[in-house]
Amino acid sequence: MTSQADPQATTASPRAPLVIAGLLFAVLAAIPLLSELWGGAWLTSLAVRAMILAIVAISLDLLMGHGGMVSFGHSAFVAIGAYACGIMLTEGVYEMALILPVAIAAAGLFALASGAICLRTSGVSFIMITLAFGQMVYFALGSLAQYGADDGLTLWSGPDFLGTRWLNSDMGVYITVFAVLLGTWALVHRIVQSRFGRVLRAARQNPTRVASMGYSVFRYRLTAYVIAGIIAAIAGVLWATHAAFVSPSLGAWQRSGDLIVMVVLGGMATRNGALVGALFFILIEETLSAITHDWRLIFGPLLVLIALYARGGLVGLLDRIRGPA
Amino acid sequence: MSEVVLELKGLSKAFGALVVTDRVDLDLRRGECHALIGPNGAGKSTLIHQISGLLKPDAGRIAFEGRDVTGLSQAERAVAGLGRSFQITSILPEFTVLDNVALAAQMRAGSSMRFFARADREEPLNRAAQEALNRVGLGDRAGIVAGELAYGEKRLVELAIAIAGKPRALLLDEPMAGMGRAESESLTETLLELKAQYPMLLIEHDMEAVFRLADRVSVLVAGAIVASGTPDEVRADPKARAAYLGDDHIEGAA
Repeated sequence: MTSQADPQATTASPRAPLVIAGLLFAVLAAIPLLSELWGGAWLTSLAVRAMILAIVAISLDLLMGHGGMVSFGHSAFVAIGAYACGIMLTEGVYEMALILPVAIAAAGLFALASGAICLRTSGVSFIMITLAFGQMVYFALGSLAQYGADDGLTLWSGPDFLGTRWLNSDMGVYITVFAVLLGTWALVHRIVQSRFGRVLRAARQNPTRVASMGYSVFRYRLTAYVIAGIIAAIAGVLWATHAAFVSPSLGAWQRSGDLIVMVVLGGMATRNGALVGALFFILIEETLSAITHDWRLIFGPLLVLIALYARGGLVGLLDRIRGPA
Repeated sequence: MSEVVLELKGLSKAFGALVVTDRVDLDLRRGECHALIGPNGAGKSTLIHQISGLLKPDAGRIAFEGRDVTGLSQAERAVAGLGRSFQITSILPEFTVLDNVALAAQMRAGSSMRFFARADREEPLNRAAQEALNRVGLGDRAGIVAGELAYGEKRLVELAIAIAGKPRALLLDEPMAGMGRAESESLTETLLELKAQYPMLLIEHDMEAVFRLADRVSVLVAGAIVASGTPDEVRADPKARAAYLGDDHIEGAA
C-alpha cells in the first residue's frame, strides 16, 4: 500500500530528490576543506572509499532496481577493473588513458560472456549463477601467482593521467572520484529515463508483455548488464589508484552482498537511493566498528528495522518524514 | 475470397499425455474477424500462445503474410505484425497509461537502443499513444498509473497497447473477460470499428459479442476444431451444439 503511494509522493515534489542530491554532493565537495580542520587524511580517505562504493552501488541499482536483475556477483567487476589497473602498473604501463580502456574492455567482455549465460535464467537461479561467476573471478585472481596470488598486489606507483602526476596526489584522486561519481549519478538517471531505460524498466514489471510488444528482453537486459559491469570496473580502477593495493577480496561474494544491502538500504530504483545507501553504509560501518569489533551485531538488527519500517529504503523514509507536500 | 493473412497447418502440442492442440488447421483472412470458441480447457489460450510465440508447438507450422514464422520468437513475431492481448490482464502496472502505450509505439519508431534523451518527452510517441487510447475510449485516463485503473479500464489498456504497435493482425484472447455488460457492449462497438483495419482472431466467451463481431466461427474442443463456418452455420451445426454451445445457450444469444 505504501508502495502505491510512493510514485505520487515523488511526482508531487519532483525537486526534492535534486535538493537531497545537491546537499550530499555539497558535503562531499566540502570534505577536503573540512579535513583540514578535523579528521585529516582519515576523513578524505573514508569519503573516497564511500564515493567509489557509491559509484558501484549506482551501477548495481541500474541492474537490480530498474532492471530487476539481482546480481550477487557485481563486485567481480570491481575486481576486474582494479586488477586491470594493478597488473598494467606492475608491468610498467602507467598511463590512465591506456589503463582505462583495457579495464573497460575486460569488464565489458566478461559481462557480455557471463551475462549471456546468466540471463538465460531468472530469479533465484540468476542470483546463484551471478554468484558462481563472481566466485570464478575471485578464485582466478587468487591464482595469479605472479601478481601476488591471495595476498594481493601492492602498487608502488599510481597511474599517470595524460602524462601528469594528477592521480598521484590525494587531492587529484579525490576530485577525480568525485567527478566520476557525479557523472555516474547523472548518467544512470539519463539512461533510466531514455528509450532503452523505459524498455528495461518495463521488462522488470512484465517481461512477457514487453516481449509481446516486439522487444527482445534478453538484448536489453544484457546491454544493461554490460553497462553496469563497465561502470563497476571504472570504480575498480579508481579503487586501485586510491588504495595502491589490489587483492582478490575486492571480488569476494561478501562485497557483492554489501552492495545489494547498500542499494536496498538506500531505496531501490530511486534517484538517490544507491548513493544514500552507500554513504550511509560506510558511515555506519566506520562508526560502529570504532565502538566494537563485532559491529555487524548492531548493524544486522538495524537493517532488519529499516527493512521492516522503511519500505522504499532511507530515501522512502525521508519522503515520509517530510510528509505529503 | 480475400487474401489469407494467418494460416495454421497441422499445429499440435501436448503437455505430457494431455493433448492441448490437436492438428489444428485454421486461417484468418484480410478484413475478417474469426472467432474461436469452445469450453474452458479446450486449448484456446494455448493456441493463441503458440501463434504469438509464447509457447512452441510440437508440430505443424504457422504462416503469417506468406512467411513461415514458426521459428520466430515472440518479439520477432510482434515486429512482423502479430499484435496480441492477454486473457489475464498483462500491462505495466507502475507506468502511466500513456507510458504503457507509448512503449508499444516506440517499437515502430526506430531503435530503442537510445540511452540519453528522455523517452517520455518524445512527442510523436506520446501522440501515437494518445491516439490509440482515444480509439479504445481511454483518452482521458492517460496520466493515471496503470495499476490504479479499474479492472475494465485495464482491459482496454491491453487493447490500446496491441494497436499502438501497428499490428497487421490482432490476436485477442478474451478481451471481454470479467467485464460488466455495459463495458463489454461498448468494447464490442470499439472492436467493430477496429475490425475494418485489423484482421482479428478472437477468443471470447461472450456469445453476444462473438455473433456480432465474427465473420467466421470455429469451435475448439479438446484441442481439435470440431466445427467451422459462418456464425449461422456454426449455430446450426449439431456437433458444435453438442460439444459446446448447448441449445439454451444458443437461443439465449440469438
